[in-house]
Amino acid sequence: MHIPDGFVSPAVAITGAAVAVAGLGMCVRRTQLELTGRQLPLAGLVAAFFLVLEAPIIPVAVGTSGHLLGGTLAVALLGPWLGPVVITVVTVIQALFAGDGGLSTLGVNVVNLALVPAAVGYPVLLGLRRVLPRGPTSTSVAAGLAAAVSVLTAAVLFTAEYAVGGAAGVPTGTIAVSTIGVYALVAVVEAVVTALVVRGLLALRADLVQVAS
Amino acid sequence: MSAAHQSLLVPADTPVHHLAPQCKVAATALFVLAVAATPTGEYWPYLWYLLLLAAVAALARLPPLTLSRRLLVEVPFLLFVLALPIFDGPPSLTVLGVGLSVPGLHAATTIALKATFGLLATGILAATTPPPEIITGLERLRVPRVFTAVAAFMVRYTEVLAAELARMRIAAICRGGKARWLWQVRDVTAGLGALVVRSFERGERVYLAMVSRGYTGALPTALTGVAASRVAWAGALAMPALAAIGTVLAS
Repeated sequence: MHIPDGFVSPAVAITGAAVAVAGLGMCVRRTQLELTGRQLPLAGLVAAFFLVLEAPIIPVAVGTSGHLLGGTLAVALLGPWLGPVVITVVTVIQALFAGDGGLSTLGVNVVNLALVPAAVGYPVLLGLRRVLPRGPTSTSVAAGLAAAVSVLTAAVLFTAEYAVGGAAGVPTGTIAVSTIGVYALVAVVEAVVTALVVRGLLALRADLVQVAS
Repeated sequence: MSAAHQSLLVPADTPVHHLAPQCKVAATALFVLAVAATPTGEYWPYLWYLLLLAAVAALARLPPLTLSRRLLVEVPFLLFVLALPIFDGPPSLTVLGVGLSVPGLHAATTIALKATFGLLATGILAATTPPPEIITGLERLRVPRVFTAVAAFMVRYTEVLAAELARMRIAAICRGGKARWLWQVRDVTAGLGALVVRSFERGERVYLAMVSRGYTGALPTALTGVAASRVAWAGALAMPALAAIGTVLAS
């Protein structure tokens, strides 16, 4: 899902960068207010966690080729402001060291992977928690559903970015079917993994989950 | 950044290795942007970019094989690009019985070339700069403190986490655990949850030790590097500037 250099037109890349800078600027302003004590090491740990789990040397356990995107998990653990910061750090390091995603398309990737879970996944998560009965199980179910919605939104957004400024002329319909089809499967896996990790953490250390409180 | 990332570094005693990290990060980013701005269907600029990269790689004494091995991550993506000439518009020429479209061929070649040059440029950066120095460089480039603090903690914890993960995987294999199918996902996620808690509790102790020694969110200036000289900046930025000349001439 990390878009490499040259895949979208410069105009789309620049727009993506502008949106990413604006969104992250807001996140930075909000996190500096609440960045106390344990938040910082937890954020670092979550970042390290994603980096290790997404390293290509580690086989993805559930038998699909897609790795955990993790945006919604980060938002559920760290809140809507620090979560995107963490995913952005991971995305930048992956682009610099692992060659996963381009530098010129960093903005677009940050929008898809970091800002969508905060802007779409988090409200869905909060809304579902209000509807569902209280309790750790429904919180984790809500996190899982929010993760699925985030992944699908990112896939639709990716298709839209491609439709507006794709560098190749493949019909948008073909791209839409293949991308959204593949990511529908990824969304299911992501939902299950997110829900189970949140459920496990709520049982072991509920204080590490931001949405638990 | 153990196994996966540390091995990217090729230690040597060259001007490229010694250059201030902020200059290297900025030069790499600008070079990749210059390459990405090359218009579709123009191919001679890539020869020019390759010449520039080769000069830097030679100056840094990087073995060409090490750099090209990095291109392996591109393979799944290249398979996708291969599909472009087949599906992109009506076929206008036939090779081996497959109808290919000329715009699709141009698009596919351009995308593959740009991605390759992005990988090579970041490869040189990663081969000459250890991760902590890159974070220092980003801090010097006025990246907000939250990002560099999170990144610094990430570097610190990656090693802990990778070791913990390896230990737990070996333990699971010893007990006959082999997660392969979707219905075994509970084992994996329970393991992940345990991994997070174990690593976090270790990380919490690391953090408390840091705080008790006076950590306030920023590293002491002795560790955050020094301002780069004008000569260093000029030397580093000459490379993307030369690349940009190629880009401008092509468009």
